Parts: sequence; structure tokens; C-alpha cells
Amino acid sequence: MNVITLAHGAGGKETERIIKSLFLNYRIRKVNSGIGLDAFDDGSTIPFGGKHVVVSSDSYTVDPVFFPGGNIGKLAAVGSINDVAVMGAIPIAALDNIVVEEGFSYNQLREIVNSMLEVFEKENIALLGGDFKVMPRGKIDKIVISTTVIGIADSIITDSGARPGDYVIVSGTVGDHGAVITAIQSGIEAEIGDLKSDCAPVTRIIQIAKKIGEIHAAKDITRGGLAMALNEIAEKSRVSMIIEEEMIPLKEEVIGLSELLGIDPLILASEGKVVLIVDRERAEEVVKSLRREGFNEASIIGEVKEGKPGFVILRSSFGGLRLLDKPIGEITPRIC
Amino acid sequence: MNISRRIIREFRDKNKALKLAEKIRNLAKKLNDEIKIMHVCGTHEHTVTYYGIRSLLPENVKIIAGPGCPVCITPAKEVDEVILLAKKGYRIFTYGDMYKVPGTRESLAIAKAKGADIVIVYGFYDALRLSKDGKKSVFFAVGFETTAPTVAPHIVNRAIPKNLYLYISYRLTVPAVDWMLSKGMHNLQGIIAPGHVSAIVGSEAWRFIPEKYDIPAVVAGFEPLDVLLGVYYILEMNLNGKPGLVNEYSRVVRPEGNVKAKEYMGKAFDIVDGLWRGIGIIPKSRLVLKDEYSDYDIKKHEDIEVNDSIDIKPGCLCGAINLGMAEPTDCPYFGKSCTPEHPIGPCMVSMEGTCFIWYKFGGYRIIEEMKRIAEG
Repeated sequence: MNVITLAHGAGGKETERIIKSLFLNYRIRKVNSGIGLDAFDDGSTIPFGGKHVVVSSDSYTVDPVFFPGGNIGKLAAVGSINDVAVMGAIPIAALDNIVVEEGFSYNQLREIVNSMLEVFEKENIALLGGDFKVMPRGKIDKIVISTTVIGIADSIITDSGARPGDYVIVSGTVGDHGAVITAIQSGIEAEIGDLKSDCAPVTRIIQIAKKIGEIHAAKDITRGGLAMALNEIAEKSRVSMIIEEEMIPLKEEVIGLSELLGIDPLILASEGKVVLIVDRERAEEVVKSLRREGFNEASIIGEVKEGKPGFVILRSSFGGLRLLDKPIGEITPRIC
Repeated sequence: MNISRRIIREFRDKNKALKLAEKIRNLAKKLNDEIKIMHVCGTHEHTVTYYGIRSLLPENVKIIAGPGCPVCITPAKEVDEVILLAKKGYRIFTYGDMYKVPGTRESLAIAKAKGADIVIVYGFYDALRLSKDGKKSVFFAVGFETTAPTVAPHIVNRAIPKNLYLYISYRLTVPAVDWMLSKGMHNLQGIIAPGHVSAIVGSEAWRFIPEKYDIPAVVAGFEPLDVLLGVYYILEMNLNGKPGLVNEYSRVVRPEGNVKAKEYMGKAFDIVDGLWRGIGIIPKSRLVLKDEYSDYDIKKHEDIEVNDSIDIKPGCLCGAINLGMAEPTDCPYFGKSCTPEHPIGPCMVSMEGTCFIWYKFGGYRIIEEMKRIAEG
């Protein structure tokens, strides 16, 4: 590759490739027996005093900065919380870095920061510090926020522990956030209706599931949607999966928007949903507890199978079989 | 629920699909020979593979993909020339799936990353709207009979701003299918005609398939049940020994098509012989602007002739795959050195390209493996 294209940052296969090519030669990639850079998991861990310190850092850019259901501030808090939470940890502290373009509205900035703080407060997360900078007009697009979240876990859940026979669970409807953002970017916000981004912390979901036990893997569904999350788990766990499309919870509005945009809803991002890989004996119970706690759409959607590593098969709601591959590059609409 | 939502639900109904698949299996048993059905539309290939239709069909009924991906058959020379225009400072409006198709050296996406002004649009209206800023721009007008009528009225009515030029690259599917069948390259027992194209040209435009070539033809829509019904009608006609033309997509396609659209196309364009990427010259298959509208033609304003373009790289089977003479899994590069991130040929780039669709969703040999795992 000679130049960086937008596809390199779209969260799909190209992103994975460029990250590996840039960083995998670095020698010190973890602390003791912890989870580090080479695991490419959601967060990293440092074993400490019989427990695990879990940490994750991410930067957030979103166009538009404000969207139905949230804004970039809320997204920045939720995103890093979720990367720590899916490792099985309870987030306790955070740091933030904000870079703003000269000329940005103070009121808007305050609203963004307040949204971020509101999320941290609700989750009882201390904000330890951060950084604030302004760039000359035109040198940055409005605002970029980066957050780092730290959590503590008794035991760790990775995204590589799926075993044949396990069941695949999603905690709720998928693609809500991606549908809202893509619709706005494509100029069809009039079609969004009441649909909102599902941007929310997933800490409770993980803790409810963990209480029941036998959670073999977990991952939050972000860029690349359900398809990306399932593929990563299947690939890292070296297993196949069969997913029943009929069982995947999807909002009517998301189906409608996807149809209009010509985009598969299974590659649209969520920002408050997780995939859980659970021992088949416990799966029903996990779904029941989640539903009891208000996650009404939690569902078993498939099964882990022995087979080609990373092979995710979807039985389409029409009855036929197809692959559910990782999304590739930027999402571009089709010609006809 | 609105009407379109209701249609979607009805035409993706699993119970209806499974019942129809059962009927198809019964018909297929009576027809011992292999029934090879070709469609000529990238969106049909998408429907077939995305909904796993091949996995529902009996072994002796095969669906193959013909030349139906507009951006796959757009010659590299035309991509190269549009990139040259971008380098000369024109803003380029393009459809999303043309964006990533490689020319000889690079794609529009790469040109954009290097600084060219390339804008993805849904249609010509976006280009018209965005051109109001007065910047010198070019609309890369690719596609079949489906996209040409979206531009033709603006040409005829002279409703295109002075700063927006056209690079016309339209191809016609009807003469392409006729040419392909006249060559007798495939032993086909049925053709599924493209629904979108037929909405413009009319179902009668395909009458020549049963009459001239004795092959049953069905104009089909793009929901999975549309395609399954198409397969069913073709098997039925084969069993009766009476090849005819069925319009399954009558909710959209009229026998005469869209008369107004055809009229505008006739006024705006002349039909000439055209090169199809990886296939060759197909007689009377390309549209060019009529002389009286040549002021819109960017090629009349800029010298952008590129003469060293390469359509298909050595070893790449895209040409044969575009023609339905080979399957993606026949290609030694498929899924190995040729992937959507590093495509060797255009069929691996576009969402309507057969290689891309098979790589993403699975074709024949991949289906066998999926069945083994799913049922194991």
C-alpha cells in the first residue's frame, strides 16, 4: 500500500491488516501473563494482586457529531467502557483527550462533555484527568475525542474461547446505531423516524451473564456490526458457527433503512449490544436473566461448530445457506 | 406496514420458499438432464447467493451468472480516462461500486486518497444538485438500460449546468445476450432476464430468446421468491417442451416497458459497437451522445485518450466469469491472491461482481462445505 485510504480506517479487514503491519513487529507486547497487543482483543489486561487490571483506549470521530440517541461525547464514554466491560471487568476510572477545531461552538462542546460525564457518573467511573487542545480551523474536522477506561476483573472473558457446541447469544437488537448514522450521512434522515442510536454501556449485561457462568467468549458489537464480531470470535477461537438469521433481533426501522440504503443490517454498528458465547447448558438461563433485567430482545441466534476456523455460516431467513463474512472497506451504496 | 415492506415480507417468506423448492425438486426429478439456467444481472447473482438459493435447489439444476455486472464490464480504458480527468482537476461524480474498480494502474478510490476530488453519488440528481457550486465536474455515466434513462431527459431538455460534463459509458444488455446466445457458448436450458433492465426495455424485448434460440426465458424480480419462481417456470417449460417467455415480475415490468424512457434514450444517444471488459467487442451494444449534444461530452473538451490500458491481468479468469464460462472457484487466484481487499480483476471488486459475491456469500463448492458443517 502506498497511501492510506478511508477503507484502512473503516474497521474491516483492511484495518486489521494495516494495524498488524504497523505494530506486530514491536517486541514488548504484554505485561507478564496478561492479554496484550498481539491478542487484538477489545481490551488489554495486567495481572495484579490476584486480579486483573483491564484497560482500553480508543479515539472517536463521528459525522454528524450530534445524532438521534446521543453525540460524540456519549459515544466516547460508552465505547471505551464497553471494551473494558466485555473483558469481564467493572470499569472504575477514565481519562479523556479532546481536540477541537478553532471556531467550534462552546455550547455544543459543553453539551458533548456533559453527555460524556453523565455516562461516567451513572456508571460510577472516576474521571482521573485528560488533555484538551485546539487546532487551527481546517486542520481537524470539528472534534476528536479519545478516552481510556480502566477496570478491575476477578476473571477475564476473551473473544477467543468459543468451543464447538456452545450457543451464540446477542443481548438485543443489532444495527441501530449504524442505521441512524448511515441514514444521516446518506441524506435520508427523514426516513429515520423514531429510531435512535443504541449507544449505552454494556457492563450490566456482562455482569448478569457472568453471574450465571460458563461465558466462553464475549465481544461488543461495534464497527462492522454483528458480522464482524462473530467472525472475529470464530477466527480467534478457530471454530465455525451456524447462525439462524430468523433469530437475530432487528428493529423494523433498521430493516427498512437497510433496504433503502442497500446495506446488510448485519454489518451495521451497534454501540450497546454484545455477543456472548455460552455453554449450551447455560445459554437459556443467560437469556432468561437478561430478559428479566430488561434486555427483552436477548436471544440465542446460533451455535458454535467444529469446522474451518473463522467460517461463519448463516441460514438466511429464506431458508438457504450463505457465508456471513467480515465487512470490507467503506460502506458504499450500490448502483441499482 | 407500507406496501414495499409488505412485498418484501411476502417475497422472502420461508414457508413459501420451502414449498416452492419442494415443487422444483419434483419437477427436476422428471427432468433427468442437467438444467443450466443463466441470469444476466449482478443483482440476481446477489439475490441467488445472499439468500442461499443454490443450496435449496436439486443437484441437476444449476444457476450460472452471465454478463450482468455493469461496472465489471466497463473497460479499464474508461476508468483510466476518468482518473486522468480527475488529475486534470475535474471533480468526478461516480456510483459507489465503480469507485473501487481498478483501472490499469489504480481505482478512483486510490486516486481520491492521493488527492483527487471524487464524490460518490446515488444518482444523476445528486450530481446536478452538487454542481450548483459551479465547480467543473464530470459525471461518470456507467451502467445498462437502467441508468441511461436517468440522464437522457436532462440531456434532451438541455437541463444540465454548463460546469457539469458527461463521460458516457453505457452498455446495452439486450444485444449482449443476443450476441452471446448466437455464439452458442453455453448449453443453456433457461434464461432469467433482468428485472430492472426489463422495466425499461419491456418483457417483449426478450421474446427473441425462445423464438430465435428455443430457450425458455423468465423476466424475474429481485426478491428470492421471484428468482425461485423463475427457476420453477423454466423447469416447467423444459418439461412441456414449449420454450416461451414468462413475465414473473409483472408488478413492475410491462410488455412494452417504459415507453417514455426509451423515447428519451433514443433522442439522446446513438447505438454503436462497444467493448466489454474481458469479453470483447459486442455489436450495437454501446450508447454514445448524439452529435447535437456533444457539448456535454467531456471527450470533446479534453484530450484524455488513454491507449495503454489493460482490461484483464494475465491468469485472471474475470473475462470467462463475466461470460458465465467459468465459476469463480475455477480461478486459481480466487480467495487466495485475489480478494476484495486486493482484487486482481473487476469481478472481485463490485458488489455485483460474481467473484465478490461468491467470496462474500459462497458459491457452489463453498455450499458443499457449508452444508457439511451446518448439518454436522
